[in-house]
Amino acid sequence: MAKIVLKEKLSESVFKMNLYAPSIAEERKAGQFIMLQINEDVGERIPLTIADANKNEGTITIIFQVVGMTTDELAKLNVGDDIPVLVGPLGTPTHIKNYGTVVCVGGGIGVAPLHPIAEALKAAGNKIITIIGARNKELTIMEDEMRSIADEFIVCTDDGSYGRKALVTEPLKEICKREIKPDMVIAIGPPIMMKFCAETTRPFEVYTEVSLNTIMVDGTGMCGGCRVNVGGDVKFVCVDGPEFDGHKVDFDNMMARLNSYKGIEEEKHSCYLDSLVEENS
Amino acid sequence: MSYQSPDILSANAKKILNDHIHNIDGLKPKDRLKIPAQEMPAQDPIERSKNLEEVAIGYTIEEARVEAMRCLECVKQTCIDGCPVKIDIPKFVSHIAYGEFQTAADVIKEASLLPSICGRVCPQETQCQETCKVGTAMKDVDKAVAIGRLERFVADWERDQGNVKIPDVKPETGKKVAIIGSGPAGLVVAADVKREGHSVTVFEAFHKLGGVMRYGIPEFRLPNSIVDEEINTLIKMGVNIQKNYVVGRTRKLNDLIEKDGYDAVFIGTGAGLPIFMGIDGESLVGVFSANEYLTRANLMKAFDKKNADTPIYPSKTVAVLGGGNVAMDAARMALRLGAEKVYVIYRRTEVEMPARKEEVAHTKEEGIEFNFLTNAKRILGDENGKVKAMECLKYELGEPDDSGRRRPVVIEGSEFLFDVDTVIVAIGNGSNPLIKQTTPGLDANKWGNIIVDEKQKSSMDRVFAGGDIVLGAATVILAMGEGRKAAAAINEMLAKELQGETIS
Repeated sequence: MAKIVLKEKLSESVFKMNLYAPSIAEERKAGQFIMLQINEDVGERIPLTIADANKNEGTITIIFQVVGMTTDELAKLNVGDDIPVLVGPLGTPTHIKNYGTVVCVGGGIGVAPLHPIAEALKAAGNKIITIIGARNKELTIMEDEMRSIADEFIVCTDDGSYGRKALVTEPLKEICKREIKPDMVIAIGPPIMMKFCAETTRPFEVYTEVSLNTIMVDGTGMCGGCRVNVGGDVKFVCVDGPEFDGHKVDFDNMMARLNSYKGIEEEKHSCYLDSLVEENS
Repeated sequence: MSYQSPDILSANAKKILNDHIHNIDGLKPKDRLKIPAQEMPAQDPIERSKNLEEVAIGYTIEEARVEAMRCLECVKQTCIDGCPVKIDIPKFVSHIAYGEFQTAADVIKEASLLPSICGRVCPQETQCQETCKVGTAMKDVDKAVAIGRLERFVADWERDQGNVKIPDVKPETGKKVAIIGSGPAGLVVAADVKREGHSVTVFEAFHKLGGVMRYGIPEFRLPNSIVDEEINTLIKMGVNIQKNYVVGRTRKLNDLIEKDGYDAVFIGTGAGLPIFMGIDGESLVGVFSANEYLTRANLMKAFDKKNADTPIYPSKTVAVLGGGNVAMDAARMALRLGAEKVYVIYRRTEVEMPARKEEVAHTKEEGIEFNFLTNAKRILGDENGKVKAMECLKYELGEPDDSGRRRPVVIEGSEFLFDVDTVIVAIGNGSNPLIKQTTPGLDANKWGNIIVDEKQKSSMDRVFAGGDIVLGAATVILAMGEGRKAAAAINEMLAKELQGETIS
């Protein structure tokens, strides 16, 4: 059980919460995630990346976008409410060392998990070039936090309502073309963005790490629901990942698997929304 | 075995009991051998394939007493040798014959803590019942005394009386023991160690307790209420429970000893990563490990489509790969979740199937089709990456392999295709890597199973392990047997330390 100690609305559908979870706050490292459930009996388990943690206060930060039933219910909770099931930190932490120059690419909500990694890479002595992108200005999150740890900072939106009107792959390609190529790229965002970031860097042979957020049930290496093909091998995102070599990930298969339950989930979510309308009318 | 209604079975048993009730002492072995084996009453196969309720209903008092009278009370008690926890089987069976059910329960409890679970899920036909002389005399192991059904009967009877005894707990010793995992091995260690007066905390990664008995074995074979009862007994004994806690991640194993002051740790984390076939198409949408499929349905309650948030894949035609209990569970669960046709694909023959015989019989009764000497070659998908068919190969049996079972040999050119929309892979599990990865100094074999000595002690001081994390995928009772041994070793170690402390 974890109490919500802070809640902020970052945009129309994106929320930030601080949860009181001292043991997770103490152990967590950049790149790790938690699993949570809103209802202990019939709730589903969803993985969310830990965006930040404060050991002294015993809190962790999660940032999430309302995309389905559980995130919808989660967004309705407030400071003082308890999250009945919270477990973590899970996953293999990011391998942090001085690579040289690292391009950190964050798309949409993916900026949240990227932040602690960029911060740790910066602390390890890397030069950080940050690209953050979103569909529009309203959905751009954590700009100040990312800007403060970047040696070079680029923001772009799909519709040009803020920063440069471009997809993140455009500035990424330009950076790869520079005289001195970056030593590594880390890209976190929607699967399609990560796929195209990997395609962008492939011809330049710049190692590109991606952080995958697949369907999981237990999150501890038991169910195999999170499996992905990486370089022809089956890997489990929850224990082998969540970070993998983006040039080796079979993104098309991963995206198909992410949609396994799409129809059922949409129906469930709309039933849930209908029931709320009925309750309120 | 063909299905007979519980009413008929019960009426037959009443008649037989009346014939013998006044002369149980006078029953000669040849009289006993004439008493017909009592079938397990079960829900109607058509009815039950639509509900989650327990399939096997359990013996009536009369059925239990009649079955118990079949025991020859042999001098050489081979049944006890076959029992991993050495229950005094002839003794408890004899008490049942005389209607002394409480005494029978007490006899079982001397050796086994979780009889209502073991009675349901133990593979008795390869353990206690395998060497039963009644079965030998009848030249049919299925005609052995139904020890498992009798064990279950007694445990259920005791629970129904509402006075299940809470085991005595000795005064506090001040020693602390951490148990990782609340499956069968962990629960046995918790009980045995707590009885000696040590403080016990069970750490469980999930939000519910019971391990494989909760997420894996379905309600229709082992009801949750029974697992709850057993766990409640532990809680009443004073065992502490810490749920949603992953040792290795939430806290390192070493920290439990070095920082939190635990005097001993037992690792009972069970089987881990599911094994896949390594064939083409295994990542298509609609291919699941049995672990995932059953966890969704059981632990996450996806069977309750209306109330549960966790979705389950909508299937019409399902192929389950494997021949163990998990394969049977997955196939029967798929049927109950609404599949129209379910196939079990197994590369050996029925004789080699590791599943409990009763489960295989129940699975067949429910209309699930078995394809023996068959194995998947590849899974084919449609344009959306969803399963649409499977290609299989036929096999024949060749020479015996290391396991003593005749090795299946592929018949070249025997490929055939059939349409399925869901494939469930139930061919076993690897080991969970979390604790191994995060605990330097803990030795494991190449499969990741923790290496232990004859007392279940690992390569680390104060750290013991047992169950599937040591054995690979095995059974509930073998896990309990290992838990027993580990608890005895932990108790012995702590007793020595306490003795040393009083002397100095």
